[in-house]
Amino acid sequence: MDFLIFKAPILMVQASMDGILLGLLFALIAYGMALQWGVMNIINIAQGELVIMGGYIAYFMYTAGIHPAFGIIVSPIIMYFVGWFLYKSIINRVVERDLFISILATFGISILTQQLMNFVFGADVVVAQSNFGTTLLFDDSVTLPNAKIFSALVSIVFAVALVLYMKKSRLGRAIRATSQNPRAAKILGVDTEKVYAATFGINAALCGVAGSLIAITFTLHPYVGLPYTVRSFMIVIIAGLGNLPAVALSGVGLGVFEEFADYILGTEFRIAAVFLLLVVILVYRRFKLSKKREYLK
Amino acid sequence: MRNFKLSIALLSGLLLVFSSLAFAKVEGDTITLGAAVSLTGKYSTNGKNTKNGYELAIKRINEMGGVKVGGKSYKFKIVYYDDESNGGRAAQLAERLIKQDGIKYMLGPYSSGITKAIAPVTEENKIPMVEANGASRSLFTKGYKYLFAVLSAANQYLEVAIDLAVERNGGKGVRIAMAFEQDAFSQDVKIGVVEAAKRTGSEIVIDDNLPKELNDMAATLAKVKALKPDVLVVSGHTKGALTAIRQLADMRVNVPMLAMTHCDAGKLSKQHGEKAEYALCAAQWHKSLTYKDNFFGNGMDYDRDYTAEYGSPPPYQSAESSAALLVWKDAFERANSFDTEKVRDALAKTNMQTFYGNIKFSDTGQNIAKPMVLFQVRCDGGKCTNKVVAPTKWASTKIVHPIPSWSQR
Repeated sequence: MDFLIFKAPILMVQASMDGILLGLLFALIAYGMALQWGVMNIINIAQGELVIMGGYIAYFMYTAGIHPAFGIIVSPIIMYFVGWFLYKSIINRVVERDLFISILATFGISILTQQLMNFVFGADVVVAQSNFGTTLLFDDSVTLPNAKIFSALVSIVFAVALVLYMKKSRLGRAIRATSQNPRAAKILGVDTEKVYAATFGINAALCGVAGSLIAITFTLHPYVGLPYTVRSFMIVIIAGLGNLPAVALSGVGLGVFEEFADYILGTEFRIAAVFLLLVVILVYRRFKLSKKREYLK
Repeated sequence: MRNFKLSIALLSGLLLVFSSLAFAKVEGDTITLGAAVSLTGKYSTNGKNTKNGYELAIKRINEMGGVKVGGKSYKFKIVYYDDESNGGRAAQLAERLIKQDGIKYMLGPYSSGITKAIAPVTEENKIPMVEANGASRSLFTKGYKYLFAVLSAANQYLEVAIDLAVERNGGKGVRIAMAFEQDAFSQDVKIGVVEAAKRTGSEIVIDDNLPKELNDMAATLAKVKALKPDVLVVSGHTKGALTAIRQLADMRVNVPMLAMTHCDAGKLSKQHGEKAEYALCAAQWHKSLTYKDNFFGNGMDYDRDYTAEYGSPPPYQSAESSAALLVWKDAFERANSFDTEKVRDALAKTNMQTFYGNIKFSDTGQNIAKPMVLFQVRCDGGKCTNKVVAPTKWASTKIVHPIPSWSQR
């Protein structure tokens, strides 16, 4: 039973595909986290809640009779302003403070949004139907839900758009400048306050996109945000800040690793396996860094 | 300063006395029961359902003459607190209900976890509690003397599905795939399934324990697809049920029988429509069952009255909550006293039929007179409803088995 995957190698294809699609979706959430972590030095504990909020926007479009896939357009627009508002009301007071203060603040935002969503949307678990159908491969032995393929494609498109935007646009350049050295950027006339607000807004908008995809691939509930926060946090830790292709790669890697862990170690150990991998990577990094330090000495 | 502190202490002492006077257990013609239910937090939907069930029952009982004790008629009243879906808070509130408000008779909260948190408090204070929403098996293994549950225990939820699968297989053992969330309730359900598998000589081919935060069952379902078991059982609250249906349909996994919990709480047939068709769902109660009592009539009557009052049909959580009050009334009248010990003994001897089912408690306070029901989601022209298919004695519809494959649906 444990090694079913070796007896039926076609399952490896299924597991890899599932992992890649899942990983790309998580990577989309991680882009935003990497961006605002890199620029503002804030670890956003409320990331998952922003995702779920974005998902509810798509869900309400669905209940109003609009196809939930359009959520990937509407949800980021609304969520941009939610992010902008959160920055102006709370985050701007903690952005230049200690990391601990900002973690505390975003933790507070996370609890508050959970309760607010519970109050406004109710505590029922909801789903939106995309009716996208299924792609069958290899004589029906590998099945890929089209909703997941759609999510992965959207994630890639947004990643490319984000990279281009950062490179080409004026605001993108300002964001990169602020991330490198906020003081110098300020001296050279960059309105860092505006840059921070926009960064947090973009992060929330990306969460909005991811949320609408989750509404059609998984389930929504006011209290299921945390796994998305944790997952994106891990992806960013592994990928490092300010490197979007690495974020996508690390998302996919984690996704595939997780699926294989499920088959080989058992479902109950899949999350544990991912965390173990995280520890191994962190220890390895430290080890490598300390070596470097010795060399420099 | 010392005087000040002393007077504060005195004052709060006085307040305490007054507040307990204000809520004495039986006052004038009112019997006051206490309950902590989740009105906010993650259980708020079902907390509300629980409260609605309680409220409808006291309204009905009071309208129909109340409770007769010692030749006098009394009315029920309930003091509620919001436990915020938090076990620790609930235990504090139970303490407060008993010690401060002087409550002598308790009603249960929503969920097994919170009932588990409250039970030690009521037990220690020797306050009888009739609960309707705590199904965890561990509630009945601790030797509690003052806890009475009107609902079937968690391990009974999906046993009946395994029995049904074996019956359909001509009495021979079947191959079972299990996917259970790692929480107290689902693991209790699992114990029942494992026992049923042993009893019937069935083989468990997949045994996946889903992490609590998991919302993706793709790997488990790919295994199901590869191993082709005869029956797939899933329990992971509403989220598990909705995820399973979504991904079974998305991945086109064919399985002859699918049994799960929490379908009605998840509004499975409404949210997933035809994708959910043929799923078997374990439920404590269904309106089409033909049990009867003098207060609510049968299930259909209850359904009608509840819908008229609250604007939506009753989930089983409301029905069992209403039944808890019928049990209280019956026990008070048989005890013919307000003494908690006498009432407790009367509760222990309960043997009655309600619209919700028969109620008779074992020594451990578990209701042993009511079987779980299984219904199957059936669709007709896009409209999906739940039809009871087991136990066959009360079933309104014949089961569709095996489930047609996705290519034929």
